[in-house]
Amino acid sequence: MADTHNGIIIEGLRKRYGQGDTAVDALKGVNLRVAPGEVVGLIGPSGSGKSTLLKCLGAVIEPSAGRMTLGGKVIYDQGWQVADLRALRRDQIGFVFQAPYLIPFLDVLDNVALLPMLAGQPNAQARQQALQLLQALDVAHRASAMPTRLSGGEQQRVAIARALVNRPPVILADEPTAPLDSERALAVIRILNQMAQQFHTAVIVVTHDEKIIPTFKRIYQIRDGQTHEQPGQAALTPEPGASA
Amino acid sequence: MISLAGRDILHAWGKFVFTGLGLGLLIGVTLTMAGVYRGMVDDAKVLLDNSGADLWVVQQDTQGPYAESSSLDADLYRSIRAMPGVARAANVTYLTMQIRRVLPGGQTSGNDVRAMIVGVAADGPGTPGHPRFLLAGRQLVRGHYEAVADVSTGLQLGERIRIRRQVYTVVGVSRRTVSSGGDPMVFIPLKDAQQAQFLKDNDAIVRQRTRTERNPVLNNPAQPGLLPAVQALQDSYPYVNAILVQLAPGSDPDNVAEPIRRWKRLSAYTRPQMEEILVAKLIATSARQIGMFLVILAIVSAAIVAFIIYTLTMGKIREIAVLKLIGTRNRTIAAMIVQQAVALGLIGFVVGKTVATFWAPAFPKYVLLEPADAVRGLVAVMVICIVASALAIRAALKIDPAEAIGG
Repeated sequence: MADTHNGIIIEGLRKRYGQGDTAVDALKGVNLRVAPGEVVGLIGPSGSGKSTLLKCLGAVIEPSAGRMTLGGKVIYDQGWQVADLRALRRDQIGFVFQAPYLIPFLDVLDNVALLPMLAGQPNAQARQQALQLLQALDVAHRASAMPTRLSGGEQQRVAIARALVNRPPVILADEPTAPLDSERALAVIRILNQMAQQFHTAVIVVTHDEKIIPTFKRIYQIRDGQTHEQPGQAALTPEPGASA
Repeated sequence: MISLAGRDILHAWGKFVFTGLGLGLLIGVTLTMAGVYRGMVDDAKVLLDNSGADLWVVQQDTQGPYAESSSLDADLYRSIRAMPGVARAANVTYLTMQIRRVLPGGQTSGNDVRAMIVGVAADGPGTPGHPRFLLAGRQLVRGHYEAVADVSTGLQLGERIRIRRQVYTVVGVSRRTVSSGGDPMVFIPLKDAQQAQFLKDNDAIVRQRTRTERNPVLNNPAQPGLLPAVQALQDSYPYVNAILVQLAPGSDPDNVAEPIRRWKRLSAYTRPQMEEILVAKLIATSARQIGMFLVILAIVSAAIVAFIIYTLTMGKIREIAVLKLIGTRNRTIAAMIVQQAVALGLIGFVVGKTVATFWAPAFPKYVLLEPADAVRGLVAVMVICIVASALAIRAALKIDPAEAIGG
């Protein structure tokens, strides 16, 4: 089943942990939409269900009910609609984690090229594709370096390149700026915005980071397992150069 | 697709190399143990080869001369030699003892050597029992006081050794002439060997003569020649341990052995029968002992590989979770772990084979490292590594990709 919306659509998503008296409803009918090229923030206190939502979206845990559409394709509708969740994660979803979690025994280029290689692309082609992304993210000069030789900001840019390399319609970023200072955190969000627009990717950024919350045009706040949409500060601030 | 295992090994090569070194020493011990067993079997076979015999004739109902004691009349070989199908027959005696070097001043050295003394008939080279090849010197040609010694005794040409009462000069040096127990052989003339084996000490001879003199039947004045004849008989030692028989060309060993058993009332063993006695019976307990060691070493090796691979894998939980989250197949992760285990096994095997090759010659007994055993060892190491990696694979496949996502 296809959907004309190529971003992320979540409708009435529920997730229940446990059974009977001990059951806990982590998500109680979440609704969420992210357009291609859009970066939205997902905020909320600890235990509110942010990570559960991210894991459901990432096809890591199975929701209890609801419907999820990624890149125009229904992936969940009262049950998984795709046979190979691993391939779904590889081809349709890019992940950016709190820490970069680069593979320490691969150099920067192969860390990024690994995904297309896993998808069956020839090594040379995968590396070429990875190098182009590294150039776009201004870390191509560190392509042959091992991850431990990179600064925190460089590592996170490489992680973003890895998330984008298979041109997924969706990127899920889990606290991507947590270990970074303000300047680098804002740079990461700027890069995510640029890449989202360049590759028409829908991006959800889960964050607690006060520094970057003002940069979102749209924010979903999650409370007691339900999402509440609100305009972000960036939406209220006029674009530079725009007339008042 | 790049080799994740290869990249990990290159990244942490020190860890792999040093772990492989430790494992290699263990594999080296295992290969050496197998070599010790092969050496024992080979010692048994060269013992038979060196005897130059096709048949071994020994005392009836014994499995001599190597596995059990056997005593035969020294004249029996003549009647054996006359039997159909027999080309040559010669007496032989075997006696394991400590021999001492004689220093230039006539004193004996404190450093004695354990050796098997072989008494061979002084009928010249080619006679069954003589060493077939010499490294240096010549074969025994005189009837007394010459010796040919295996090179592993450390004796050199011209050196003198004391065996019981007599002093012998080393005239030849042989190689790989050892007993089934691995003791080097020293060949001496048969008469000397009989004396060394059977001659009593002086006090015992005097007591025996006195006892004989006191016997009125043997010391009868009416028969003055009887007592010296009896005493001479008592001082003789007309016994040997075995008769080595060479067959005439075209003769069937079983057909020749059968009449010897039936008409001479002796035991006669063919080469396969003698190999059965030496390999399957004489060294059977030692072989089982070594087999037990090999099993224990294999289990210890497997446990070590399993522990190392498990530890290495558990050190990469987060990376494996990330790999699974971004879509790496389980078989790719399992292959990475198996390849690392196999690589560790290969490093260990190369180290083990190398150290075993270097330290084997230093062993006091012969250690035979056969290429076929090395191949079997390599296969066993690979199988052990693959099996040992199962625990780590199981743990890796249980890692939840959600661990890469916080919360």
